[in-house]
Amino acid sequence: MTKVLEAKNIVRDYHVPGGMFRPARTVHAVKGVSFSVDRGKTLAIVGESGCGKSTLARIVTMIDAATAGDLLIDGNKVDIAKEKLTSEMRRKVQIVFQNPYGSLNPRQKIGDVLAEPLLINTDVPVSERRDRAMTMLKKVGLEEKHFNRYPHMFSGGQRQRIAIARALMLNPSLLVLDEPVSALDLSVQAQVLNLLADLQDEFQLTYVFISHDLSVVRYIADDVMVMYFGEAVEYGSRDEVFSNPQHSYTKTLFAATPRADVESIRARIARKQAAAA
Amino acid sequence: MRLVRLFRSPEAISGLVILGLLGAMALAAPWLFPRDPLSIAGPPLLRPFQDWALPLGTDRLGRDVVAGLFHGARTSLAVGLAAAAASILVGSVVGTAAGFAGGFVDEVLMRITDAFQTVPGFLLSLALVSVIGPSLGVVVVAIALSSWTGPARIARAEVLSIRERDYVASARVIGMHPVEIALREVLPNALPPVLALSSVIVAAAILTEAALSFLGLGDPNRVTWGGMISEGRAVLRSAPFLSIIPGIALVLAVLGVYLAGEGVVESSAAREGQA
Repeated sequence: MTKVLEAKNIVRDYHVPGGMFRPARTVHAVKGVSFSVDRGKTLAIVGESGCGKSTLARIVTMIDAATAGDLLIDGNKVDIAKEKLTSEMRRKVQIVFQNPYGSLNPRQKIGDVLAEPLLINTDVPVSERRDRAMTMLKKVGLEEKHFNRYPHMFSGGQRQRIAIARALMLNPSLLVLDEPVSALDLSVQAQVLNLLADLQDEFQLTYVFISHDLSVVRYIADDVMVMYFGEAVEYGSRDEVFSNPQHSYTKTLFAATPRADVESIRARIARKQAAAA
Repeated sequence: MRLVRLFRSPEAISGLVILGLLGAMALAAPWLFPRDPLSIAGPPLLRPFQDWALPLGTDRLGRDVVAGLFHGARTSLAVGLAAAAASILVGSVVGTAAGFAGGFVDEVLMRITDAFQTVPGFLLSLALVSVIGPSLGVVVVAIALSSWTGPARIARAEVLSIRERDYVASARVIGMHPVEIALREVLPNALPPVLALSSVIVAAAILTEAALSFLGLGDPNRVTWGGMISEGRAVLRSAPFLSIIPGIALVLAVLGVYLAGEGVVESSAAREGQA
């Protein structure tokens, strides 16, 4: 197994400058987190809002630099704070954002959105850019007629498919998915998750899947890391974490998941009737 | 779709009609009045509607008022549009640079903007024109210099919000150069509110140009409405029409620009509400 991504003791601090009435302070968003992902596998990062998940996503995607720690992508060490990123490294990691309404430029046609990564990073001629964009559009379940439309003509699920297609245009080895389905309807969530699973099989993709929805995580993840206030409180294979949670926060998290199986619904109705009688 | 909505509101229609007429006047001036509008065409101080060769009469020196009106429309519209275009161009580039770069660059550019805003705009134009000398180009620059700050501030505010959007982050992830991100991803999306300001700027520019000409600082080789009003001032009691006619033209021009601008903004707002 080759490790596509390896992170060692990643730390990220934010310095909040002081004002006239308050002192400057430092927010520790991520406090020394380590993990690794093998090729073709999915690591799910779970945690509540503000626990550092998205900060971690931005570090892994090389949008922001880590304050300390090592980030290795395909075995190569990356530090965007010190040296400029080569476009070859750039294209290895791509991201799909949570909000499909904010991740596409409203003034750009879908065809241009998809062709742009090739335009910037490769010297592929126009006709081939177009062909590849069209192929990718079909691969994510959209049609040829959508090529010349603007983002506002699409639904949330369709936009998320477009965002996924854009991320895949450069054949990345790692795809970071920052809560990619949490803004979508349940039925659409399932479609997008299935699409992601199919694409993973087809391209041997590696995912870092950020979520707070445990049922989604159980469906897609191979490994699970639970974060709590910037720390990784639990890290293991999906089955280990789900069957035998160690940390109290993980237990609370599992207890907070609504139960939708028939047995628990029946039990709940029975309790209700007993209380009413 | 958008045009249909534009033609539905009465304000927009009247504004566009007025602007259309002014535009036609400006364009037709050299054909309808091929003679120099500053040349003497008849007896001085001829009242309107007396001689049908000179329908609106003549001024103190016997110059044709209609010809002046038509040629003045050229000057007013040219100065108004050029000054507004220049100030929006400069303003949005400065605003985008400040908002996108942030930090020290932002600080410097915004303090420069502050400096320009604290000086009364008209005074600034007046000073510039009286130092460099009156010509159409200088008047345009002078007006642009005093009105680019509004667009700059609005563009900066928009950019500050847009640069945090996810599509800007994804542009970075696919390796787009920061300058390219600023120009291709951020600027086009920051422009609509800035453009909404353009009608106000055009109208203000027309008025400023008229005021400069009224003070005798307009281009002396061109007929301007402000200049005509100023000329008529000397004979205001005996021949008030000499000031009133170009005054009405000025009011109509400013009104037309405002109404048309309002109509365009409203129709585009309705479109965005729908999207």
